[in-house]
Amino acid sequence: MKWHVLRPLWLAIGLLLVILVARQFMVPEDFGVHGESFTYNFHRLSNVQEWKDFPVKHLGRESCVECHEEKVEMLNASPHAPIECENCHGPAVGHPDDVELLPIERAREHCLRCHESLDYPNHARSELPNIRNSTHKRRRECVACHVPHDPREKPAREKRG
Amino acid sequence: MTSEAVVHGVEWTVKELFVYPNEFIYWSIQIVMYPYMTGLVAGAFVLSSLYHVFGQKDLKEIAQFSLVFSLALLPAAGLPLLLHLQQPTRAMEPLLTPHFTSAISAFGIVFTAYGLIVVSEIWFVYRRFFVEQVHELKGKEGFGNMLRLNIYRVLTMGAFDISEEALAVDHKAAKILAGVGIPVACFLHGYAGFIFGSVKANALWMSPLMPVIFIMSAVVSGIALCMLTYIVIMEWKAFRQRRKGGASAAVEIKGAETDIISKATTYLLGFLVAAISLEILDLIFRGYTAMKSWDILRSVMYGKDFVNIFVLQYTLGNLVPFVLLLLPGRTLKRTVVALFLVLFGVFMMRWNVVIGGQAFSLSFSGYMHYHVPIIPHSLETFKEGLFGALTVVATPFILFWIINKFVPSLERGEEAKY
Amino acid sequence: MSCSRRDFLKQACGGTLASVLPVSAFTFLTNEEARAAVANASVRWGFLVDTRKCVGCGLCVKACKIENEIPYDAPVTRTWVERYVITNDGRAHIDSPNGGRDGFIENVINGEEIDPDNIAKAFFVPKLCNQCDNPPCVQVCPVGATYQTEDGVVLVDRNWCIGCGYCIMACPYGVRFFHPVHKVAEKCNFCYHRITKGMNPACVESCAFEARRIANLRDPEDPVTKIIKTERVAVLKDEYGTKPHVFYIGLDENVR
Repeated sequence: MKWHVLRPLWLAIGLLLVILVARQFMVPEDFGVHGESFTYNFHRLSNVQEWKDFPVKHLGRESCVECHEEKVEMLNASPHAPIECENCHGPAVGHPDDVELLPIERAREHCLRCHESLDYPNHARSELPNIRNSTHKRRRECVACHVPHDPREKPAREKRG
Repeated sequence: MTSEAVVHGVEWTVKELFVYPNEFIYWSIQIVMYPYMTGLVAGAFVLSSLYHVFGQKDLKEIAQFSLVFSLALLPAAGLPLLLHLQQPTRAMEPLLTPHFTSAISAFGIVFTAYGLIVVSEIWFVYRRFFVEQVHELKGKEGFGNMLRLNIYRVLTMGAFDISEEALAVDHKAAKILAGVGIPVACFLHGYAGFIFGSVKANALWMSPLMPVIFIMSAVVSGIALCMLTYIVIMEWKAFRQRRKGGASAAVEIKGAETDIISKATTYLLGFLVAAISLEILDLIFRGYTAMKSWDILRSVMYGKDFVNIFVLQYTLGNLVPFVLLLLPGRTLKRTVVALFLVLFGVFMMRWNVVIGGQAFSLSFSGYMHYHVPIIPHSLETFKEGLFGALTVVATPFILFWIINKFVPSLERGEEAKY
Repeated sequence: MSCSRRDFLKQACGGTLASVLPVSAFTFLTNEEARAAVANASVRWGFLVDTRKCVGCGLCVKACKIENEIPYDAPVTRTWVERYVITNDGRAHIDSPNGGRDGFIENVINGEEIDPDNIAKAFFVPKLCNQCDNPPCVQVCPVGATYQTEDGVVLVDRNWCIGCGYCIMACPYGVRFFHPVHKVAEKCNFCYHRITKGMNPACVESCAFEARRIANLRDPEDPVTKIIKTERVAVLKDEYGTKPHVFYIGLDENVR
């Protein structure tokens, strides 16, 4: 028997061993099938907690009430009640400790999201009070004449213009 | 170089009508190159095995060459993937945590297995040469010779017995490996076809025929490339020989070699017919059954991609070379032209599948146009652009040149002892 | 080895056929296996979209981008809103400019101005990851970087994903994309970091019209679950066998 013929086989086995050893070091301990199915549950377990720990940015109206009670009550009583504070003011995370002032969305385009009349028949959008952007007070901010926290109100004199 | 917050695909995709917001051409030129290169690997190996396993003596020389060329093509086949991955440093993961429900997970194992088979087979074929080189270089002076001596020492893996019995065992081992390697080589490429064919979300790719079509056309391209490279190298050598010592000293590709080309061509045509038949069958079925996706598929295939599919791939890439190779009085020049066209046709097939499959939106209501980045202005547009593809094309030739310095795969005629 | 032609043909055919099938092909998906993945959990997240209520304001898309750190100007998003305008001639005009991130404030679709008198019907369709029970995206991941949790949400491990893009190609709904900064696969995960704390996903929270709602399908007292169970709801592209868990009220036949 000419044993030299097995040399490539030793090479192959050697390579396989290197891969298996590398696996020990390079694959995280908790990698495996975590559930009933290899198809759908093969993963690194600690990743689940990593996603749970992802930072929350929007805190919701309840977190605004503490300091801005008046505004929130005004909003709650108005037709704009279903709109979240953070829809117009951005995420509240870090406010007020790290972020002193939250931005105030004043652009026309923001209000047009709901209030531009696209004139769609038989649609919830057409039931909202709406305007045609091209013909209604072009180049003025909506907030010059409308109060976002209670659109039934007129803005105070100082705010106009 | 802006590589920070660029959406992959946005620079070379142009959307038309309604396309889902997240849709871009994610699988671009490198994913066209990948099955093309693995196809060449598989085809080259199958060609080589026709000699080693089935004893087609006429194919001996081209078979030796294509075996080594198949090895040179292997790393070049892995290169497109490395260039495509968004996280190339994690490229080992399919070997570390293969998720076997995914066709792509086969990559690590198949590549490794195939690489080992090819390297082992080459070892068995050229072991005698390595041993003879060690004996010849022993005692010679000079750094270059020292280096070569040590390299050959390593290559022998310490097996210095070149008696008749040892060589007979080598021969048998090479034959077995060549036989075992055929299904592995087919797997290397068939799984690439499965990668596409099993994607139910893509109306063009989803087909049980896809793996088989891929294999057939892979063998076609492999045989064509080996024939072409072999012809080019031999003609170049003959040309150089002629310039040095006159016509009498040259051994051109005429006479004995014409048989090789003829034989290889027969196999090429066989696989070509198989590949075309399956593709036409697929097309007919789609048109006949007219599923939900047929409207948009039809408008892509007969409209926007008509030239790519019917003119470039089917006509220039299949029909014309078919005719060229079958017409009587086949000359070497005509064969070379036909081979180039075949290689081009197989490339277009990969292009039409990969890019064609992304030419329409999942919404079936819009299109995406692919503009290959030509002049790179960022790492992304280099990797996934024309120059990235050219790098992949050039690599096997460079690797072959290096390997050939140690493994004489181009021996011919009576000198071809291996 | 003497090899007759018949043997050769037999071996070649067998070898070829065997070689076209990677091991993955033999993992047939049984219903039991798919259900078993989440069988024992007391929570299975689902989602309800009411297209009759969506006005296309796009504040959900904006909130999602901020909450989930998707670069605001990048043309990719975890959730989006599509607009459908069906004109009297039966043609469907569909668009989703920037995913609806800035709302819909013009009646121009794909460069064509639509005359309101010509509109037969129009509506908006929010879309997001369906967190399927048989997610094809998970099936095709070569390295186990994406997976389904026991409460039904499909997550992506940003530290393990190699960025091959197979999952993106495998999703029939087009919800996946490459994160432009992290350079790995990305998609909606129902704001997993919020729902596991008892909060609503950012898109649900920001919708002023209650067009988007999240549900625990295993909780019979959950009001949204009750709607899904008792009213007529539809899912997207069920022909793919993915078993999606985002349910739609008012899904029109034109919706792609």
